[in-house]
Amino acid sequence: MILFLLRRIAQAVPVMLVTALLAFAAFRFIGDPVFNMLGQDATAADRAQLEAALGLDQPFVVQFARFVGSALQGDFGVSTRIGQPVFQLVLERLPATLELALLSFALALAVGIVLGVLTALAPQHLLSRAVMSGSLVAVSLPNFLIGIGLIYLFSVGLGWLPAFGRGETVRIGWWTTGLLTASGWQAIILPVVTLALFQITLILRLVRAEMTEVLGSDHIRFARARGLSDRLVHFRYALKNTMVPVITVSGLQLGTIIAFAVVTETVFQWPGVGLLFINSVNYSDVPIMASYLLLVSFVFVVINLVVDCLYYLVDPRLRGKAAGQ
Amino acid sequence: MGAKTNRRPGWWGRFRASDLGHALLRAPVAMTALALVVLIMLAALLAPWLAPQDVTRIGVVDLMDGFTPPLSHNEFSGRFFLLGSDDQGRDMLSAMLFGARTSLLVGIAAVALSAGIGVTLGLVAGYAGGRVDALIMRMADIQLSIPAILLALLIFGMTRSLLPAGLRDAMAIYVVVLAIGLSDWTSYARTVRGAAMVEMRRDYIQAAVMMGRPAHAILRRHLLPNVMRPILVIATINFAIAVIAESTLSFLGAGLPPNQPSLGTLIRIGQQFLLSGEWWILTFPALLLLVLALSINLLGDWLRETLNPRGR
Repeated sequence: MILFLLRRIAQAVPVMLVTALLAFAAFRFIGDPVFNMLGQDATAADRAQLEAALGLDQPFVVQFARFVGSALQGDFGVSTRIGQPVFQLVLERLPATLELALLSFALALAVGIVLGVLTALAPQHLLSRAVMSGSLVAVSLPNFLIGIGLIYLFSVGLGWLPAFGRGETVRIGWWTTGLLTASGWQAIILPVVTLALFQITLILRLVRAEMTEVLGSDHIRFARARGLSDRLVHFRYALKNTMVPVITVSGLQLGTIIAFAVVTETVFQWPGVGLLFINSVNYSDVPIMASYLLLVSFVFVVINLVVDCLYYLVDPRLRGKAAGQ
Repeated sequence: MGAKTNRRPGWWGRFRASDLGHALLRAPVAMTALALVVLIMLAALLAPWLAPQDVTRIGVVDLMDGFTPPLSHNEFSGRFFLLGSDDQGRDMLSAMLFGARTSLLVGIAAVALSAGIGVTLGLVAGYAGGRVDALIMRMADIQLSIPAILLALLIFGMTRSLLPAGLRDAMAIYVVVLAIGLSDWTSYARTVRGAAMVEMRRDYIQAAVMMGRPAHAILRRHLLPNVMRPILVIATINFAIAVIAESTLSFLGAGLPPNQPSLGTLIRIGQQFLLSGEWWILTFPALLLLVLALSINLLGDWLRETLNPRGR
């Protein structure tokens, strides 16, 4: 297991380095940091002095090494628009995005798996058909329209839930959470549903397809022949065998959730990293864009690692293979 | 695509006799979807003649006409607005026609760009194999691990920072096409590569190779026509994705500027008035986008099932 993990981490390092190179190239060559800091009236001597102070006169490789070094220590430069360290800005907004993304992910998994199993068990039932046609509509709905529709219905029409913001938050160390107050929970419902809806349809369709296939296989027929209860057969024997593709896809979907959090956060003015990123795109704030790129690829690498470990736990064949190598 | 086949009589007969046309005439859902897409495309194409107001010209719009509800006359100017007017006094119907025009144009251009890149790379990978193949597929794998919308946003942001401030609004439409087109080529490349690898083993390709046909001729004349079907399916589905991507980017403010109406920018404007009760500014463009995306998706689903009976 440890060997398996180490090998995976070794594979992840070059990916991170390539992304860091891209981020660095963007950082260094898009826009002129010296010009941004000094303005138009600077003399050539001022420029040279600042360039030397920032290390911009060094060879490319040295600059890149320094960039990686400082990034490892949490120094991602200073936002050109807000004038604060990027790391601090991102850290402040990270809890909001993570709470949103993880809750949506949990909701999407729970609802998607339950609906997928049910529609697979009773494909001809009226409700199953309604769920399946509903999922086709949901796939064609742009994420931001879902959000606007929900605001229209629940905030403007019924007045039950807030249309924007995070509600009251509680500070625990550097982490701010909205999950300890009633207004925080009210505020998070609509964004979570918005973000989860598309994922629900994906997971539902996947689980349904896999379940249908597994239910027709020999070991299920054998389990039924042994007289085991339906519940045991469906959930213990059938559902467990659909888990490998579900884990793969859901792992990738967690990444998509984080990407679409950008859209959801804009609709609901949710004070997370996505909103920060969108604003930096609009104002060409390259340090934040570059750091966001790094952050997202880091999250992806971590997700891939976790998915690989889950395989290892779910599929005993992999364990044999790893041990045999 | 269907519209053109409908207009020429000789084509119509051949279209009806073809497998695809035969199947289409027996699929009411796909027919309806196709009809809606063609209708929206025609309306968008004829926008300069159909629209009551030329919203691309400054000076036509009168601020006094602002916030007129649908199906009513403005209380100051007495002008009639079928679908109402927005905050600037712009006729919603006209804005939507011109908006659909921009959105469809961006969608088509982005699909053409991504299909061009993806098909070329896929054909080359399938034809060359070996290291070239490994390199191209490796690139596709890395790109696939980043969600397309995020990539489009990053490409948009980076390209914009490179442009001088004065050119940004004028170049926005090209930047959006570039951002969407570059973020979506992988599905073509993977499918075309797979299909090309199968075709490469066939006798007719071997014969063409023996006859000394140059590589580009084999790629274009022999391989490409035989991998067209999956390309058509992917292009249809990606067209819906591209239209949604454009509206999402514009909605986020990372797409077209507000003075160039697209469905996304109209929805972005409409959202500001959601809480104050002027529902029509948001609802009509949103509905149009929804109908457009759903129709294209239904059509794509149907094409996939019809052209590829094995695939789900």
